[in-house]
Amino acid sequence: MSTSQALSVTSLKGEVTALVVDDDKVSQVIHHHLLNILGIENHVVGNGKEAVEIHLSGKKFNLILMDRDMPVMNGIEATKKLRDMGIRSTIAGVSSHSVSQERQAFIEAGLDDYHEKPLSVAKLLSVVSKIMHKA
Amino acid sequence: MLESLFSTPKICQFKATSSFVTPHTPLSLNRQGTTGMEVGQMQRRLVEFTKSLFMEGFLDGQFLQLQQLQDESNPDFVVEVVSLFFQDSEKLLNDLTLALEQQNVDFKRVDAHVHQLKGSSSSIGAQRVKNACVVFRNFCEEQNLEGCMRCLQQVKQEFYLVKNKFETLFTLEQQLVAAGGSIPTMEITSF
Repeated sequence: MSTSQALSVTSLKGEVTALVVDDDKVSQVIHHHLLNILGIENHVVGNGKEAVEIHLSGKKFNLILMDRDMPVMNGIEATKKLRDMGIRSTIAGVSSHSVSQERQAFIEAGLDDYHEKPLSVAKLLSVVSKIMHKA
Repeated sequence: MLESLFSTPKICQFKATSSFVTPHTPLSLNRQGTTGMEVGQMQRRLVEFTKSLFMEGFLDGQFLQLQQLQDESNPDFVVEVVSLFFQDSEKLLNDLTLALEQQNVDFKRVDAHVHQLKGSSSSIGAQRVKNACVVFRNFCEEQNLEGCMRCLQQVKQEFYLVKNKFETLFTLEQQLVAAGGSIPTMEITSF
């Protein structure tokens, strides 16, 4: 049984939308596909500034997967900015930093959840289940 | 309270499940003109080769995650993602080489490149490349130029090694599919 078949029971089609914020193309493709498989309509941008701009254009998302290290505007700045803008979406920080102080700084910027890269099906499911319970 | 759910599966055993080769008619030719036995042999060769990649540390559990995301609606997902990785990383390695050749090496910039390479290699499960990046970053932090140059060589070596392995893997898969077989799913049977 493929992952998409196994996960069809948790079909979230139309219920949850997501924004992937990551400058690495490989991560973008993987996260985009992971979300697609869960039936989550998602948009992909390449840095924090683009994430802020897409919200300024009026778009809203249930879930934001925020990478930490990005050019132009990084994940910490972008998270702070979005929270200042009043965005209450679930923001899950995704990073390859394992040092606790760096993790703490990111979390304190306004994250709802934090996961270490690389993201897996299991990690993403745990993030999504939090959104469902929030609602 | 936020928790990090980072987990590294320790791969100890493998089981390949394949139920599409019928052992009862080994001598009957299929449409492609290959016997059931030949397809079976190809499958075994693919499984053994894939196993060796894990045993030798070239790949880790993250690669299995990628394979799980491949299905009938995205039949080339793994090849596409891996190809993207090699394209992007080749450029990163060139940037790294240039950065280390500068009169005044900007170690922060070098570190940023290595960090990116570490991230993308770990997202496709290229464990040895990722590990080489970890060592590289230590030398960046120390601003040790000689150490960095050695690490760059090491990273390049691991990069080309795993690229070669992937090319072989995808060729074996292609041949198997062309012969009428399907790619067996690898399972981790113990963590």
